Amino acid sequence: MAEVEETLKRIEAHKGVIGTIVVNAEGIPIRTNLDNSTAVQYAGLLRHLTMLARSTVRDIDPQNDLIVLRIRTKKYEIMVAPENGFLLIVIQNPCE
Amino acid sequence: MPPKRPKSATSSAGSKGKGKKIPSPTPPEKPDHPEDIFPMVLTSVTQELFGCCADEDVTGESPYKLLKKDDIIQDIKTRAAVSDFSPVKQIVLDYPEEEILLVYDRDFTYDQCFYLVLTPEAKDRLLNPPKPETPGVLENEVIKTPEPKEWISLGSELEIDEESVKETREKLWYKFSRVRRKFGAPACFTDRNTADAKDGYLECASYQDSRFSIKQMQRDCGTQAVPTLQSSSAQTQWKFQRNIFTQYKPRELSEEEAENILQDDSLRNFCNSVPHRVFQALQQEEIMNVFFDDLKALGTGAEAGDWSGKVSEGLMLYQAFTDQKYAKDKKISSISWHPTIYGVIAVALIEKKEERFSESTTSEVRPSLVIFYSFSDPSNPQLLLECPDDIFAFEFCPSDPNIIVGGCMNGQVVLWDISGHVTHLQGTQSSGKKASVNTDTFDLDDNKENKTPVVRYCAVSALESSHKARITDVQWLPPTFEVTRTGLPVENKHNISVQVVTCSPDCAIMFWDVRMPKLLSQSVSDKKQNVDQKTQMSSYSVPDTFKHLDRTWKPLFRVSLPRINTSGEYAPLKFNFEPYTCSGNKDRDTEEADENDDSSKIIPDYSQLRVPSAKTLTTLEDVNTKLYFGTEDGEIGYTDWKLGKDDSGRLHSAKPLSCIGIHHWLVNTVQRSPFLKDIILTTGGWNFAIWKEGIMDGPIILSPSSEQVCTVGCWSLSRPAVFFIGKDDGSIEVWNLLEKTSEPAQVHAHITNAKITSITPWIAAPKQHFLAVTDELGMVRVFEIPKTLYIPSRSEGLSVKKYFELEEERLKDYLKKEELWAKEKKEAEELKKKMDPDKPVKSLKETDDVNMKEHSDYLTLEESILKDMGLWTATADTQDT
Repeated sequence: MAEVEETLKRIEAHKGVIGTIVVNAEGIPIRTNLDNSTAVQYAGLLRHLTMLARSTVRDIDPQNDLIVLRIRTKKYEIMVAPENGFLLIVIQNPCE
Repeated sequence: MPPKRPKSATSSAGSKGKGKKIPSPTPPEKPDHPEDIFPMVLTSVTQELFGCCADEDVTGESPYKLLKKDDIIQDIKTRAAVSDFSPVKQIVLDYPEEEILLVYDRDFTYDQCFYLVLTPEAKDRLLNPPKPETPGVLENEVIKTPEPKEWISLGSELEIDEESVKETREKLWYKFSRVRRKFGAPACFTDRNTADAKDGYLECASYQDSRFSIKQMQRDCGTQAVPTLQSSSAQTQWKFQRNIFTQYKPRELSEEEAENILQDDSLRNFCNSVPHRVFQALQQEEIMNVFFDDLKALGTGAEAGDWSGKVSEGLMLYQAFTDQKYAKDKKISSISWHPTIYGVIAVALIEKKEERFSESTTSEVRPSLVIFYSFSDPSNPQLLLECPDDIFAFEFCPSDPNIIVGGCMNGQVVLWDISGHVTHLQGTQSSGKKASVNTDTFDLDDNKENKTPVVRYCAVSALESSHKARITDVQWLPPTFEVTRTGLPVENKHNISVQVVTCSPDCAIMFWDVRMPKLLSQSVSDKKQNVDQKTQMSSYSVPDTFKHLDRTWKPLFRVSLPRINTSGEYAPLKFNFEPYTCSGNKDRDTEEADENDDSSKIIPDYSQLRVPSAKTLTTLEDVNTKLYFGTEDGEIGYTDWKLGKDDSGRLHSAKPLSCIGIHHWLVNTVQRSPFLKDIILTTGGWNFAIWKEGIMDGPIILSPSSEQVCTVGCWSLSRPAVFFIGKDDGSIEVWNLLEKTSEPAQVHAHITNAKITSITPWIAAPKQHFLAVTDELGMVRVFEIPKTLYIPSRSEGLSVKKYFELEEERLKDYLKKEELWAKEKKEAEELKKKMDPDKPVKSLKETDDVNMKEHSDYLTLEESILKDMGLWTATADTQDT
């Protein structure tokens, strides 16, 4: 528990990070520092996208696997890292 | 075959006893020559016999002779041992082919005169040497044309015979003809069906012959694979209609569940493995932005490759137009580029004022004209527009470049329609072709090449409802909206420009509509007939697009400009309103918009348009109905053109929202920046100013006063920070707000010798930017703007916007500070005033006291002195009682 907290704190302390969400296998956010409704929205939408991306990568090469999915938008960048069924979503403001 | 020294031992030693033998004393076994040739000598008799006489039949150039084997054998037989060929008898007999090659050896390479080639391969080799080595040897080869061989029948004739069609009997022929007396008689032909008569036709039907039957052994048939398609459809019936809706909310974990998961090992593993990559990604993001190309942004981009060494910094003269016949002694009041045709400029000429007075004595009246010049012909005008009076301002209609509106010296508004001459104008594009263009119209005009076509105006406004003074500015309303009789902006159904705004120093801005007004349609149609009769004798080629307006044209409404603080009115010279681009209407009725687009390609006929009733059109809320105007006294005013109702219920114009005197003389330009919609450039007097819409207190930028009068200003069409100012002494200043703000970036002095009257930029092609400059002498000069002045620098729009915002802040600050100072000053004055009335009261009292004291002191002194002197007499002052 403490490790989890510590890791998340380190991520949140990074420059430009707006929010982090940890999502379980069913798409329910476990821990987040954004408000609940936003977290739920992100979790629900990004889980599908990540699964699709992962299956795409593995279809092309079964030996391969998805490590990080980065979506760069006009306003910020969303990073999704899937592992063991869990998802870690980080939203960062790129510095210009 | 490299020739070697021949050996001829065996041949010469033996039987030769005659003639030309050269008995070479060579040792017997000395194979100097190749194995397959046999040098030998031939006697002259032998030579004659075989037709190979040395230097006659065979020569150095053609040394080959083919001898028949049979002949040699015959010779050997006849002459036995004497024959020259006897040593080679065996070889000859064994020779497989029929002809042996005899080579005349002129150079005696093999020691003998001739040599015989013994093997066919060698013969082939000699006769057909491998090409790269000795190509010259083949000269003597006999080229045989392939001869047709005899045809060998392999049995195909039978099939051919079977297949060919032959006549079994002679052809029968019948000749039908009518009775002679019926020849030449009229004939009547009708149709007849074969089924009409019983024996109309004879049929040979096929029938099954029972005598024999043929079994078909072979049949040709084709097959094609076709996918089996089956179409079917299903439709569900919505039997039970009821409203159902679902609402969901996201699943959330309760506290304990969340705790449980957090304690879970899998999450721990997750947290151990994932953050590493996340940190990497975060850090990458932090280090640099991979989507931004620094190198590209650093350089000048597209221009770098285009420069070809010589780059001109200033304006280069491209062409100059003038016309001796029409433009002599006139000055140009206004210039406009044709919006669609390349290279066509229209120029309005007016009399110079001094001339006017001097010419009033003479009876010569020169017609007022607007001249069209084209790039292809600089010295002859292409088209002339006739005007009732001098034109000060004119403009092409933005939705139909054939319609031109102009404002006259006497206050009337004039309309022209040049659609009949557009082909002539366009025809001048092809260089040199002048005469052959117009074949359909104007065939009556014989010497068309020499005469410039003149277009008379189609319509002119009614004299009593026009302006009372000269019209100084005319603008079309953009095709995106139109206004009603009260100035309310409403949507424009046809998306064409139909309304015109004019202003004049008679203190009025008028709105005009070029369509037929609805209410007057009936009376106008009556009037039309009269007018038709009248005008039939006057002109024959005036298009009647605007017949409904001619001489009865009244403005829609009139905006007056009462002064804000005092009585009287402002006299506007130029005005500018915000060009409205409708953004909201695009979403709804996109299909309609498409239809409209299609229909607008076919420009609707102006004569058929009617002013729609104001109730049927929707009001556009977001149109900015305020306009800027510049007055004769150098003030720039800002007013709303909507008419409001005052107490008595009549429509009147509200007072302008602001009016500030900046320029000290006539304002001659009020122009909006083509990039930033709320920035306006005004020039007048000895300086120019830049205003931002919304800031009522003053210009955000005011230039320092210059020595020359600024006569005209215009924004550059491609660079937001660049504008051009024309001066009284004929020079043009190019200002670049991002380079220098207190002086012009470039000054082109003495472009002309006279005052510059107008400057108009135009983008004719992506690499050709022109600037047309006109002056008081009636000349038009077109300059080409160099690349440095038309390619905007990177993010120039943003920089200029920031700069204007900065200036705005500065202005606000300055005003605030002014207020503050004013306040402070006021306070200081008040303070001073407060102090002043106390002081004289006080001082009066004080001086009184002081005086009293002095007086009493004096009295005691007097008393003491007199007492000392013994002259003290008791006075009434002493108080004994």
